[in-house]
Amino acid sequence: MQSVSIIGIGQTPVGEQWDVSIRDLASRAVIAALKDAGIDRPDALYVGNMLSGPLAAQEQLATLIADWSGLRGVEALKVEAACASGAAALRVGYMAVASGLHDLVVVCGVEKMTDLDGEEATIALMTAADADYEAIHGTTFISLNAMLMRRYMEEYKVPYEAFAGFPVNSHANAVHNPNAMFRQAIDRDTFLNARMIADPINLFDSAPISDGAAAVVLCSTERARELHRHPVRIAASSIATDSVALHDRHDPLFLSAVYSSAMKAYQQAGIGPEDIDLFELHDAFSIISALSLEASGFAPRGQGTRLAVEGEIGLQGRIPIATMGGLKARGHPVGATGIYQVVEAVLQLRGEAGKNQVQGAHWAMTQNVGGVGGTAITHILEG
Amino acid sequence: MRLAPHWRVRAQRYQLRGEVCECCGRHLFPPRDVCPSCHQPANEPFPFSGEGTVYSYSTVYEPPRGYEQYAPYTVALVRLKEGPLVTAQLTDVDPEQVHIGMPVEMVTRVLREEGEEGIIIYGYKFRPVLERAAASPAQ
Repeated sequence: MQSVSIIGIGQTPVGEQWDVSIRDLASRAVIAALKDAGIDRPDALYVGNMLSGPLAAQEQLATLIADWSGLRGVEALKVEAACASGAAALRVGYMAVASGLHDLVVVCGVEKMTDLDGEEATIALMTAADADYEAIHGTTFISLNAMLMRRYMEEYKVPYEAFAGFPVNSHANAVHNPNAMFRQAIDRDTFLNARMIADPINLFDSAPISDGAAAVVLCSTERARELHRHPVRIAASSIATDSVALHDRHDPLFLSAVYSSAMKAYQQAGIGPEDIDLFELHDAFSIISALSLEASGFAPRGQGTRLAVEGEIGLQGRIPIATMGGLKARGHPVGATGIYQVVEAVLQLRGEAGKNQVQGAHWAMTQNVGGVGGTAITHILEG
Repeated sequence: MRLAPHWRVRAQRYQLRGEVCECCGRHLFPPRDVCPSCHQPANEPFPFSGEGTVYSYSTVYEPPRGYEQYAPYTVALVRLKEGPLVTAQLTDVDPEQVHIGMPVEMVTRVLREEGEEGIIIYGYKFRPVLERAAASPAQ
């Protein structure tokens, strides 16, 4: 197996982009990434996307994007793993290059969510849950996460205010990210007074519905040094799964797929959580930030919120998270999110993150979660 | 219109029928072909009592399409007394009164109506355990 590196990145702004279609979003990211890599034609295109069928009325998506990116004829496939679709496509691209099957691969994550209204998007997102035993009861993704949050608060005696640090941090970091959806800071009171969506989760605790696309170009590490001034090596790539339904888990407050994928990733990279300089985690809801920090080895169980309360998740903290705004404030175009995380981590490792630069960043970890932890995909990058 | 998916699970929706694994004794809801615990085939039907307690809950203010008329409503994870967790709505209760650990029991209710032309989907919800009528009439 050969070592794999990232030699190109591209992204579109995240937001409600009424004037841009799914094909144009994706092709803009692909073309930008190919340009950054100095490549004309890759061997294959893998597209991470969850909902192009129900939301954009478009399937055979990867073929369309290949054509619209000037790549008609290349191998092209769509990869789906709910909100983890982006990282799942990266995993496929990684396997293709690591195995030696392909030399140059472009991986794109894209989601176009605003062509239908919010109620339709909510029901489409619920297809990542158990249709017969969760969705039919009128549960939403927010209410599933809300039940986790309430149980967590009760079991570990954690007050509601303890979660405020997560969205406050994400919004602060989005201010200087030109591609972020919400580029305004919020304070603790904004969080505490926000409108309830599914209690105890409020508006400022939930990642927004948005449009966006991001892409990366992969090649062997050996060749990467010839092609790019600052290649970033993929030191680990791992996927783990859990039950899709929350109610099928022995211990819902332990994200076992997150734990397994993180531990396998540390093992592959030969490092531990203490070595990670920044962590782009899946902050769709702050309860997931807390549980992911715990399951990934950054905090003991029940103490994930303490890192936020004590300021350890900021750019100068012990473990910076959501350094460009995260899902909460950069935005969460679901199938694209996993690639945005990687693009942002590459910017950090290249030293190109501007005012959000984590000084001396050498190891970055990205973690993309599908459903309420049913799929977890962790990558560790070295640069 | 999706008909068969609801018809297929009628024993689960109306009777809370699950399974007991003959190998490890674990109670399973919903039923499945392989026990997730011991990985042996599971196919012995088991009707659950419908008694349980609230493990966690959330009141939904922004519902998905098809549930607007019911909002706000409270969804819960209920720990059945035989072991499994089940996702369902709570009914016949003020959301303010719900608490973790609250004893609940299964009832059959309308889960969703799909308009004039559509079907009415029935299934289980859970309500607070009713105070039983005083055991003995006036003496």
